[in-house]
Amino acid sequence: MAENGAVKVAINGLSFYYGGFQALNNITLPLYRNKVTAFIGPSGCGKSTLLRVLNRIYELYPNQRAEGEVMLDGENMLSGKLDLNQLRAKVGMVFQKPTPFPMTIFDNIAFGLQLNKSVPRAALEGRAEHALRRAALWDEVKDKLNASGTSLSGGQQQRLCIARSVAIKPELILLDEPCSALDPISTAKIEELISELCEDYTITIVTHNMQQASRVSDYTAFMFLGEVIEFGETEKIFTTPSNKRTEDYITGRFG
Amino acid sequence: MNSGYYFRRRLRNRFFLSLSVVATAFGLSWLALILGTLLYEGFSSIDLGLFIQSTPPPGSMGGLLNAILGSLMMSSFAVLIGTPLGIFAGTYLAEYGRHTKLATVVRFVNDILLSAPSIVLGLFIYDVMVLTMGHFSAWAGGVALAVIVIPVVVRTTENMLLLIPNTLREAAVALGAPRSHVIQQVTWRAARAGIVTGVLLAIARISGETAPLLFTALNNQFFSLNPNAPMASLPVAIFQMAMSPYADWHRLAWSGALLITLAVLVLSITARVLEARTDRS
Repeated sequence: MAENGAVKVAINGLSFYYGGFQALNNITLPLYRNKVTAFIGPSGCGKSTLLRVLNRIYELYPNQRAEGEVMLDGENMLSGKLDLNQLRAKVGMVFQKPTPFPMTIFDNIAFGLQLNKSVPRAALEGRAEHALRRAALWDEVKDKLNASGTSLSGGQQQRLCIARSVAIKPELILLDEPCSALDPISTAKIEELISELCEDYTITIVTHNMQQASRVSDYTAFMFLGEVIEFGETEKIFTTPSNKRTEDYITGRFG
Repeated sequence: MNSGYYFRRRLRNRFFLSLSVVATAFGLSWLALILGTLLYEGFSSIDLGLFIQSTPPPGSMGGLLNAILGSLMMSSFAVLIGTPLGIFAGTYLAEYGRHTKLATVVRFVNDILLSAPSIVLGLFIYDVMVLTMGHFSAWAGGVALAVIVIPVVVRTTENMLLLIPNTLREAAVALGAPRSHVIQQVTWRAARAGIVTGVLLAIARISGETAPLLFTALNNQFFSLNPNAPMASLPVAIFQMAMSPYADWHRLAWSGALLITLAVLVLSITARVLEARTDRS
């Protein structure tokens, strides 16, 4: 694949602080449109932090601040003028542990769809079905849409969360170790899903699982101590890394 | 050489185990005695008349209708005022003000209110409402009880909301939901059973309170639903009847005490069941 694909998100000179602690140092990184970019690196290297900047979810907490630029389609998402709720509707996020809302499967999907406008029931049902099919969950839940979202298995819950994100048609999807709480079969399903979803969306995934990064991603950024050590096509990073630390991490000699 | 050591250890274990068992049995036996006496004395005078007649003059037939209705009315009034205030304040503490100075102060004041002697709260309402209005009233009684309800509900609401994992809030916010929407649709819903439990426990707490009603609602021998006038309540009626020299009033006091105990028991069991349900989900 060519590295000159269209850039969906351009991260320029991004630094991030938890109070006095600097967690990200001058990150510059492109996220290519309709590609999967993986962030890998040892615990505490800042990869989840980086993900949490991309929808400004960190702003829920005091004393956390970001400096620099994150251009989403040419618009700086860190600028104060931006409407946060609109930004977050454009950027879906799936967390490490499944987070189904305490409501029915159907309402879990409808939640995001009804935020800004009232959608007629028939349209809701159509979009819910589409989202659940997209997340490869439809066949398993079509007869129990009124069952509680929390009654599903862990893998199903995670796919419900993906469906919930996909339903509002985001442009960018952030996956924060989405498979770390799941068994291998559910993991395989979700990885397959990621490959399909990138036809329509730009995806970033944080993962501790090297094989997973190499399986699902087109580009990989190796991070260490708040910096991007190496970024490039996944194939190249995993076969001929140019940095010694990247090579050591990928081959399991450290981290 | 080690056997002596293990023998001493077993002996010691047995000694402390027996102490614990004796202490438990001692405590529980008193509780059983209280409940037994209450059941024995109370049940013997529970009949239909208890529920359809008001306080009798000594020596004639009567019941506790006025006191039961009075307790229900004033408790409902207290819950109507106290629940929304408590839930909103608890929500502020857990959702909006978690890291603010104001929340720390509110939490501290709430803790003081939670442990304030109820007679002090009664005197406060006496000063603020009864003296201003010029007479005792059920309104004042209800407000005094509400002052007891609020801190209980604030505390449980905050605690229950804090049990909801932050990732659930983040997940809702990440979909573009504004804060108020997240609270109403997600966190309140997730904590619902716990919050309801808090309200039930608050009702259980006020249903036995006598002190705050003595200075506010006073008491009323007659059937009255007028909230602007003094009103009877079960705890105050029990107090008055138990202190009287009349045997039939004593019997009424026993059955009133049994009614309150049963009501509190039902509320506590419901609260327990709800709580268990929250823990599981």
